[in-house]
Amino acid sequence: MLINQFLLLGAALFALGVYGVLSRRNAVLVLLSVELMLAAVNINLVVFDIALGDTLAGGQIFALFVIAIAAAEVGIGLAIVLLIYRNRHSANVDELDLMKL
Amino acid sequence: MPLIALTAGDWFGQVENWVFLVIALVMLVGSFRVVTSPNVVHAVLALVAALAASAALFLLLGAEFVAWTVVLVYIGAVVVLFLFGIMITRAPLGHETALSHPFRVRAGAALVSGALFLLIGGALLDAFSGQRIEEPATATRTADIGQSMFERFVIPFEVVSVVLLAALIGGIVLARRDPESTVAGEGSR
Repeated sequence: MLINQFLLLGAALFALGVYGVLSRRNAVLVLLSVELMLAAVNINLVVFDIALGDTLAGGQIFALFVIAIAAAEVGIGLAIVLLIYRNRHSANVDELDLMKL
Repeated sequence: MPLIALTAGDWFGQVENWVFLVIALVMLVGSFRVVTSPNVVHAVLALVAALAASAALFLLLGAEFVAWTVVLVYIGAVVVLFLFGIMITRAPLGHETALSHPFRVRAGAALVSGALFLLIGGALLDAFSGQRIEEPATATRTADIGQSMFERFVIPFEVVSVVLLAALIGGIVLARRDPESTVAGEGSR
């Protein structure tokens, strides 16, 4: 197996996540695209860990940390989206222009 | 790492590369549906497919503990949380084009992400071309991961537990309805 086949897959996943963040209008779907980007990062961490043969398994452990932080991020993010929905009756990111001059 | 020329015939001769191609196809189609699907629930289910494919990729690489953690935490918990979020915010469930920005913005987004992919891909081809991963003889033992995490990485581990506690409390505080405002402004929910 080549290293690049995994890294290019991770890059494609990250690019799709960036596309989703920029093109989605609904805040929940923006968070969903952020999850895709984090999954791409996890792939890179694990692939480099295996490729370098780390005896401490540092890449895998950092992937686990990324997963834990992602879970916390989704919880907080959805709570914020819920709060915005409750106050503004909309979860569309282009309608949240309260701080625009 | 030794630079060994690898022909296409060699590459396709290895059975794990065929497994990789199947996984990559599922992952790319799934993640494409996540960012383009006109239906919110379908987008979340496509995310399940993409994350399951990434778990399969970790299994292919012998990172078993990470693979099952992805299944448990992402597919088990995060996706359910997303489905709850969709239900609570009453995102339009039918076919709705308004889930995405208009075509002009989407074209710009496609341009940006395509340029990003070309940039990263070019850098990767430049840096890691021809380098191979040795076939992992055995899977990474979960005991080794635990040993490393609780010896070398114990402080980050504790910090992550504090972060999770903060997220738990923050989520409750943010999402909870204020008792007085419920009584006073009942009509404005």
